[in-house]
Amino acid sequence: MSDTPNNQSAPAQLLVTASPHVRDHSSTRKIMLDVIIALLPAVAVSIYYFGKHAVAVYAVTLIATVFTEWFSRKFIFKKDNTLGDLSAVVTGLILAMSLPAAIPLWIAFIGGVIAIFFVKQLFGGIGQNFMNPALGARVFLFLAWTGPMTKYLAPGQSFDALAGATPLAILKGKEATTAALPDLWNLFIGNHAGCLGETSIIALLIGAAYLFARKVISPKVPLLFIGTVALLCWIFGSKSGLFHGDVLSYTLSGGLIFGAFFMATDYATQPVTPLGKIIFGVGLGVLTAVIRLWTNYPEGVQFAIILMNCVSPLIDRHTVPKTFGGKHA
Amino acid sequence: MLFTRPFKGGASVPHHKATSGMATLAMPVPAKVVIPMLQHIGVICTATVQKGDKVTVGQIIGDSDKPMSAPIHSSVSGTVTEIAPMLYPGGFFVPSIEIQTDGQQTLSENIRKPSYASKEEFLKLVRASGLAGLGGAGFPAHIKLNVPADKPVDTLIINAAECEPYITSDYHVIIEKTRYVVDGVKAVRDILGLKIVKVGIEDNKPEAVKALKAAFKDDSTVSVRSLPTRYPQGAEKMLISALTGRKVPVGKLPSDVGVVVMNVTSVAFLGEYLETGVPLIKKNVTIDGNAVKSPKNVEVLIGTSLREVFAFADGFKSEPTKVIMGGPMMGVAQFSLDTSVVKHTNALLAFDHELAQVDKATSCIRCGRCVRACPMNLLPLELSKSALHSRTDDLKAFDINSCIECGSCSFVCPAKIQLVQLMRLGKSQLRAASVKKGVA
Repeated sequence: MSDTPNNQSAPAQLLVTASPHVRDHSSTRKIMLDVIIALLPAVAVSIYYFGKHAVAVYAVTLIATVFTEWFSRKFIFKKDNTLGDLSAVVTGLILAMSLPAAIPLWIAFIGGVIAIFFVKQLFGGIGQNFMNPALGARVFLFLAWTGPMTKYLAPGQSFDALAGATPLAILKGKEATTAALPDLWNLFIGNHAGCLGETSIIALLIGAAYLFARKVISPKVPLLFIGTVALLCWIFGSKSGLFHGDVLSYTLSGGLIFGAFFMATDYATQPVTPLGKIIFGVGLGVLTAVIRLWTNYPEGVQFAIILMNCVSPLIDRHTVPKTFGGKHA
Repeated sequence: MLFTRPFKGGASVPHHKATSGMATLAMPVPAKVVIPMLQHIGVICTATVQKGDKVTVGQIIGDSDKPMSAPIHSSVSGTVTEIAPMLYPGGFFVPSIEIQTDGQQTLSENIRKPSYASKEEFLKLVRASGLAGLGGAGFPAHIKLNVPADKPVDTLIINAAECEPYITSDYHVIIEKTRYVVDGVKAVRDILGLKIVKVGIEDNKPEAVKALKAAFKDDSTVSVRSLPTRYPQGAEKMLISALTGRKVPVGKLPSDVGVVVMNVTSVAFLGEYLETGVPLIKKNVTIDGNAVKSPKNVEVLIGTSLREVFAFADGFKSEPTKVIMGGPMMGVAQFSLDTSVVKHTNALLAFDHELAQVDKATSCIRCGRCVRACPMNLLPLELSKSALHSRTDDLKAFDINSCIECGSCSFVCPAKIQLVQLMRLGKSQLRAASVKKGVA
């Protein structure tokens, strides 16, 4: 075979790989970058309303998550550097957005370390964590430092001012104050007390629309989640009888919109099967409504997501789709 | 397009059909051909000639007495100079016959216009023609067409989808050999006694759709369907589903749902063979890829080396880093340019360094894109994980053997994981485990 007629230089060595030999242009980094872009409107609104407190919280949390990702992989797990996939930045942003503006910065820092080290890297890093890292850290902070974690500033309030009551607390009649429910417009634009990133519905929806358009997330889980909460709160959410709940206030306040579009859609911690996603979305809605309506705690989103995160592998196991041409399972 | 998607999953793969407008050119006879004794799925043929023998065009030079085979013919006239294992396009060594050509292209005296009076005689002819599925799989046609009497076959499907990027060889067969397509379709239809023929073709080939519709306009048994362009529309099960709504059950054959599927180039060859009696000795091949100087469609004699085929396309404009036989989604990367064009070769692609670049695989982020892309409705991420951990029970539970290796999952994976490679690994693990248990 060596005397094949040869009128051109033979390539030194051909690359042989398994098919397919072409790939699309997607990458983990681009996906994470899209999430970051989608978060920016809400970040901007929070900085507008909460000013330098907000900037400081973002800065500290991001430093904590990025540093912990780099440090833990380099010195503890001795694995490759994954900062380039930008997932640590996403976690940092989401964690910061789920903190109150007046949070002491050292607490925010600890939150970043917990999110990346304990919730994410200990389980193998990106894609391996069974719980949303930002949310896992938030729940820890919430239980460890309940006071600071629930001291919400109303926009423009200084650190010394009395904490503002969140709309959900008012809805639940928890706060013995004369505080009135903010009107829907203020709920919508974010001009009310709450965590940094979860207050401005309009900014969050713009971000979500961007993620839909870029096909980074599918609307299935968030819409089922929000829809289920809306339905259950409409049925059971009023003391004046069934079917009198204030649907808009319940859906637009608290972390529901933020959680539904930016936390429940976390890839690693939700089922991958089509049916599993439906169960996941509805399950999130049911748990959130139950916690909101029938427990002592006004906000159910974070616990609902964490609980459903834990159930996701089980859901996947039991919702394996039928192979094309296969028998019904 | 959104509402007419003919099957679930798949991927929007860029077409790159730059050679669509390039009419097929016949390549000159090479100085030498190397003809492997395996050009079909099944048993390797044995050489029926000896070193030093004179051979003529269309003469049988390799055959097997096993049913799962097709005879292999000389594509040239000349002298056998070597019979030895040589590198095969699949990446392994296969006994091959090297023939120095005499340039005369003397036809074998056995070649005459075939005639047949029964299905048995027809099938004998089909075997004698050397036809093995030209769509890429290389399934011996005489076996496929010998449908067992208990199968409820009522439909002949002609696969003209050509869903792989770059390749336009089927397209050119359709528009340049329309008459043979028609003859072949009618011959197969009549011998199987069918009343329904459906031709499926992707809508990015309007000229071919037009040509076929015109050719069959007076034939009420044949319908030509233009299908939305989406990879892998040409996958047998997806095509059957799109054209008939029938789903081939897991582990079954198309004939179990009443369908026989043939590639359009296969039927065109049959049509031509029934007229000329010349067996399968040449192939229409698309030469393309960004390292190729002059992409084109060629008619090339089987056994011609890839090196000569690329030389006919004026060689390379940049150093080729990867050479692929077949399309970029399912084709086979070549170790060497010394391998030969075989029966099921439909394209030869050469990619430069940039296009051949394989991104490093990173961790699966469980985005689920592979799940949405899988036309077989499998969970590639779970299968690949199971294969990595050699969990054969899971491989079975997640039905790895239903994977058709179309490459859609790998194509869309943002973590650039070699999912198809892991599927193959998983399949071999499952096979090994079954053998161990004494099941297989």
